[in-house]
Amino acid sequence: MAASLVAPDTHSPMEDAEALRKAFKGWGTDEKAIISILGHRNAVQRQQIRQAYEELYQEDLIKRLESELSGDFEKAVYRWILDPADRDAVLANVAIKKAETDYHVIIEISCILSPEDLLAVRRAYHCRYKRSLEEDVAAHTSGDLRKLLVALVTAYRYAGHEINERLAKSEADILNDAIKDKAFNHEEVIRILSTRSKAQLIASFNRYRDEHGISITKNLLVDSDEGTLQKALHAAIRCINDPRKYFEKTVRNAIKENGTDEDALTRVIVTRAERDLKDIKELYYQRNSVSLDHAVAKETSGDYKAFLLTLLGKED
Amino acid sequence: MALPNELEALTEAFSGHGIHEQALVSILGKWHPEERKSFRKGSPHFFVEDERNFERWDDHHVRLLKHEFMRFKNAVVLWTMHPWERDARLAKEALIKKGPQSHGILIEIACTRSAEELLGARRAYHSLFDHSLEEDVAHHIHGSERKLLVALVSAYRYEGSKVNDDAAKFEAKTLVNAIKDANKRKPIDDEEVIRVLTTRSKPHLQAIYKHYKEISGKNIDEDLDADLRLKETVQCICTPQKYFSQVLNTALKRDVDKKTKKALTRVIVTRADTDMKEIKEEYNKLYGVSLSKKIEDTANGNYKDFLLTLIARGG
Repeated sequence: MAASLVAPDTHSPMEDAEALRKAFKGWGTDEKAIISILGHRNAVQRQQIRQAYEELYQEDLIKRLESELSGDFEKAVYRWILDPADRDAVLANVAIKKAETDYHVIIEISCILSPEDLLAVRRAYHCRYKRSLEEDVAAHTSGDLRKLLVALVTAYRYAGHEINERLAKSEADILNDAIKDKAFNHEEVIRILSTRSKAQLIASFNRYRDEHGISITKNLLVDSDEGTLQKALHAAIRCINDPRKYFEKTVRNAIKENGTDEDALTRVIVTRAERDLKDIKELYYQRNSVSLDHAVAKETSGDYKAFLLTLLGKED
Repeated sequence: MALPNELEALTEAFSGHGIHEQALVSILGKWHPEERKSFRKGSPHFFVEDERNFERWDDHHVRLLKHEFMRFKNAVVLWTMHPWERDARLAKEALIKKGPQSHGILIEIACTRSAEELLGARRAYHSLFDHSLEEDVAHHIHGSERKLLVALVSAYRYEGSKVNDDAAKFEAKTLVNAIKDANKRKPIDDEEVIRVLTTRSKPHLQAIYKHYKEISGKNIDEDLDADLRLKETVQCICTPQKYFSQVLNTALKRDVDKKTKKALTRVIVTRADTDMKEIKEEYNKLYGVSLSKKIEDTANGNYKDFLLTLIARGG
């Protein structure tokens, strides 16, 4: 797992806080300074800067940034400066509150994060919204999609590597039956995908491919008018099977659309910069023969662009 | 010849919950062969007359005795355990042993523990059994109850006191209607019923309990007699001490099966550090007799002393 973020080993939170304060002073805001500091600090360092800023100026750095910045740049910086678990809680809440719940975000968070990280998000959600994540997901969805999403966000999967081959075979068969009969509200599909450990699921997916000569995701391939549940299941399987490939596609689609999907682009870059964005960049280059930096530079502009490129690892 | 009151005492020593070890030592230990013979002849439920002219221990009863001797040991082991391991093992046992009470035990664990305690139990379950609790529950249970039970054991409820009272009122109405339409669709199959019961915080559900009574005039658990699992869920969340008192009362009956008897150990060991005081009060209110007295009358020996000590802690 290779992160793209370039951050120094040591930094002085006090100096950073002072430099940020200087960037806010006066009539304009020195966005370049903000990008050059915050865009080169990891989560721990950003926390320290927030604390130092609070101590020095009795003000919440986040609130200050919200008032000084605007547009896609502000959204990106806001998400970036939050603690990872808090950030995912915010992203989940935004996704839930949309008129049609953006189930992709919920699936990403619940299927890609480790079981402990998902728990941290659930705790952060309690703290911030005074409700549980599952209660809000349930209240804003219905039917089969609700069943799947609630099951995914409440899972606390076994994190070990042990797998049971016989079980992998029998559950690959169950998944196959469901795909053949197009019975995706099949309780069993949801049970398997939302409760089994990731290792066990990958074993089942491999078994599926061995038996049927085609990957399970290809067999689930959707026409655009296929049901929401099917698309959600498809996303869940892809997230569990190969998160980096999933993110490469998300980012590729975000840039490809007529008009970039800034929400998706920001989400992937901000949430993966400290995890595996470098790997995602490599996959992107392999698939599209152009670097992700180049594509982002072409489709975005201004401070937003500069910030994304910094997170992508551009040297100043 | 053995004295009649000694015969009675010995029969008592072998009956009820646990074994009266002292009686066995002081009476049985000093009996000579003729006295033991008269005991065997006088206890047809312990000994059967074999065709070859001797009184034979009834196998079934010896097995039961084994359980009774172990009752103290099991209570001690369970009491000493870390609460997380305890709940994980109780859940696993419930899943393996099956039978009607098992689902009730899963509901009890999922609904009467705090969010962090339930999470701890899930962690311990990973360590002990190399699977997640929800994975095993989903695998072993089918049908309508699976949805309820998987959701209950997976919940990580908000633990703060903030409640959206309008939402609570609205959801109470939803439940009233779902229960009214029970003959059209069972409440346990109603996805809104499941959503509310398995995701809302406990304070929120207690507000719903109150509003339900205001709307329909009855308590929601009274209206759920036809849906035992939902009834248990509501009781465990909203009126846990009443629930535990009822479980204890059933377990303390004279001739119950061994699964029901186990509830006595389970409830006392798992609640002695939490709400035992309130459970004792509720028990007294419901049944007009103190819990200690009932245990005194029904349990034996070290097991009895151990339970009484546990429930006397903290007043």
